[in-house]
Amino acid sequence: MPTVYVNDKPVEIGTKKLNCIQAAELAGVFVPSYCWHEALTVVASCRMCLVEVGDLKDGKLAMQPRVLPGCQTPVKDGTVIVTGEYDKRDASLPALPYDPGYVKGGAPGVRAKKSQADTLEGLLINHPLDCPVCDKAGECKLQDFSFKYGRSESRMVDVKNTPANKPQLSSKITLFTDRCIMCTRCVRFTREISGTAELMVHGRGHHEEIDTFPGKPLENKLAGNVVDLCPVGALGSKDFLYKQRVWYLKESDGVCSRCSTGCSIHVDSNKDIVYRLRARTNPEAQGFFMCDEGRYGYHFANSTERFLRPVAKVDGALKPAAWNVITPQLKQAFAKAVSDNAKLVVGVLSPFLTVEEAFLFATYFKGLSADVRLAIGPVPVVGQDDKYPKDVKGNAVEPTKFVIHAEKCPNRRGVEAVLKHFQGSVISFDKVAKDSVSAMWFAGGYPDKVAVEANMGMDWKTPGLLIAQDLFASTVTAAATFILPATTSFEKDGTFVNHAGLAQTFARSVKPPTEIRTELQLAFDMLGRRGLVQAAAIRAELAKAIPFFAGLGATKLAANGVRFELPTV
Amino acid sequence: MPIPETDVQWVETARLGFWEQLYIPSMLAGLKTTIGHIFSPQVKTEQYPEQEPKMPANYRGVHRLNRDHNDRVKCVACYMCATACPAHCIDIVAAPAPADWKDREKYPETFVIDELRCIYCGMCEEACPVDAIELTTLYDLTGLSREEMIFDKEKLLSVFDQTTKAGTDPVRTRAGRLGAASDTAPG
Repeated sequence: MPTVYVNDKPVEIGTKKLNCIQAAELAGVFVPSYCWHEALTVVASCRMCLVEVGDLKDGKLAMQPRVLPGCQTPVKDGTVIVTGEYDKRDASLPALPYDPGYVKGGAPGVRAKKSQADTLEGLLINHPLDCPVCDKAGECKLQDFSFKYGRSESRMVDVKNTPANKPQLSSKITLFTDRCIMCTRCVRFTREISGTAELMVHGRGHHEEIDTFPGKPLENKLAGNVVDLCPVGALGSKDFLYKQRVWYLKESDGVCSRCSTGCSIHVDSNKDIVYRLRARTNPEAQGFFMCDEGRYGYHFANSTERFLRPVAKVDGALKPAAWNVITPQLKQAFAKAVSDNAKLVVGVLSPFLTVEEAFLFATYFKGLSADVRLAIGPVPVVGQDDKYPKDVKGNAVEPTKFVIHAEKCPNRRGVEAVLKHFQGSVISFDKVAKDSVSAMWFAGGYPDKVAVEANMGMDWKTPGLLIAQDLFASTVTAAATFILPATTSFEKDGTFVNHAGLAQTFARSVKPPTEIRTELQLAFDMLGRRGLVQAAAIRAELAKAIPFFAGLGATKLAANGVRFELPTV
Repeated sequence: MPIPETDVQWVETARLGFWEQLYIPSMLAGLKTTIGHIFSPQVKTEQYPEQEPKMPANYRGVHRLNRDHNDRVKCVACYMCATACPAHCIDIVAAPAPADWKDREKYPETFVIDELRCIYCGMCEEACPVDAIELTTLYDLTGLSREEMIFDKEKLLSVFDQTTKAGTDPVRTRAGRLGAASDTAPG
């Protein structure tokens, strides 16, 4: 097996093609870097990953006399990597036979350490020390690495460059030009991943600046990723600018609900308000990035227009009702409609529900009578799948690196799988909307009313009893006898199955507003079960009941999700 | 970035010796101070409130928000004071600075200190990178309601006007502006 030595520690790399940074990571040694990113091409411009490299062959070790950028140096069998943290190595391992001539010029690790410190000093020459007002402070790589590898004092005596800020860079993104360290990650992103190539570097040497071509601002559906990619505070999202300091934010893992890609995300919240979404690396789901529709698509959760408490129509007027009053009413009214004629009763499960919720609701509806029909709620579809990278004319180029799906809901496949288990087929919403129906339970959770209304068909016949559960007012809730508040995907635990059959489990990031009960809790209450509901327990039940979801039965699920073998549709 | 375990140095508390365990020497030392005061001729009673004391300059009383040379609030809304505050009594809402404030990008839209929650430790003053928040020598803070004791930006700026005019707390600013080129010479 090919073996690489990182700070004297042998690591087997197998058949993988790695660079020094990745090989060191396998050995548990962190090599700092700014410009290198796994999804982008290598430019080796930041010089932060400088390491000492050598070759061990037949027991003889030949070290290169100079330091090399780790990101640009591939490893092979016998490669020896010495990082700046050589003095923190595992001392119990036998030391490699370093040539005395090499050691005379500095013990192993000394060269790398010094070059890292020098690199940082160089990067800080023109970097303003306005960390207190910089939004990146606290999660800034320049801060972190300066603290860990840099010098504590500046020797710079000249006046720093202060190029003007560029808030006109994009409608969503601003550039603090003076903070830029020229890693060009953003430039490479727009050239390689989005393909739109709006960003460029102009100027030379210390006068290099990131800029756009006049009149061609950074506007593409993946643009928000450059803010995540920026290792310093140069690129700032206008949406998040000055809203919070990052150390107040609580980071939790979530799944984006705005399209069927189901991007893995970090949800950053403080005091139960979501402030920011960032892409979470998940090669199974979407890779490293996320689209702007998802990134800025969290505002509906903080909207003041949401339904905040259950409401019942009494004598034509809507009145707020307490959960303990309304739950038995719902139960009674729905059970009565089922006992009158179960064939005229429909349960609608929207593709925004988690599979656990869909499972409990379906269990409840089918438990009342096997004749109750289950339909999938309106599936919002907008345009065509949007594939990236694009060429100058806006046509997608192979190989595809990112897809924004046209289906703007996270869990159609999951809900359909539940429906198929309970009644063998999936009934679409426009089919039941045309029928005259005596009672309907509409479990929604749509992030805007357009998502409901655009796809429900014109000939919607109002049922006699309509229990509508949704986030915002729409045609459906306007006709409802009972309006129940819904929760967003940030406020509940559950599982979404994306377009490719990848099931991702997520936990709640924020608490729902006080008077809102999650759909899962409501379905649990309707089933007459006692106590507080636990999504994990329901998930175990689901895995046992429906063979399709058997993969969710494990007590500890893989962080990147579980991929299901989907039957061809 | 968490501090690695290797960088943490654990320090044991010093063990008490025989005499320290008896506590008698330290008790006697205390008594010496007490008895010394009985015979000291410098015992002086202040006739408060008729006679107001002059507080030392480093007294930690009511906060003020300093103004810069253009009479704008000096604060840059960096939240360092709110982060350092052990009593969580500072609430700031930051916003992009007005367009005509060329020297900075961020300013506090609101700045509220709950003077009842505050423990007057002075950590906010220590943390401030632009010397915008200071504790004054105003010691007799009173109010008739809780709401009255929640000081907003205007109130805190008025404390600055009041104390600088009265001359009790002169401007003792050292740090300069914190803008795009922050490291201009202080002054």
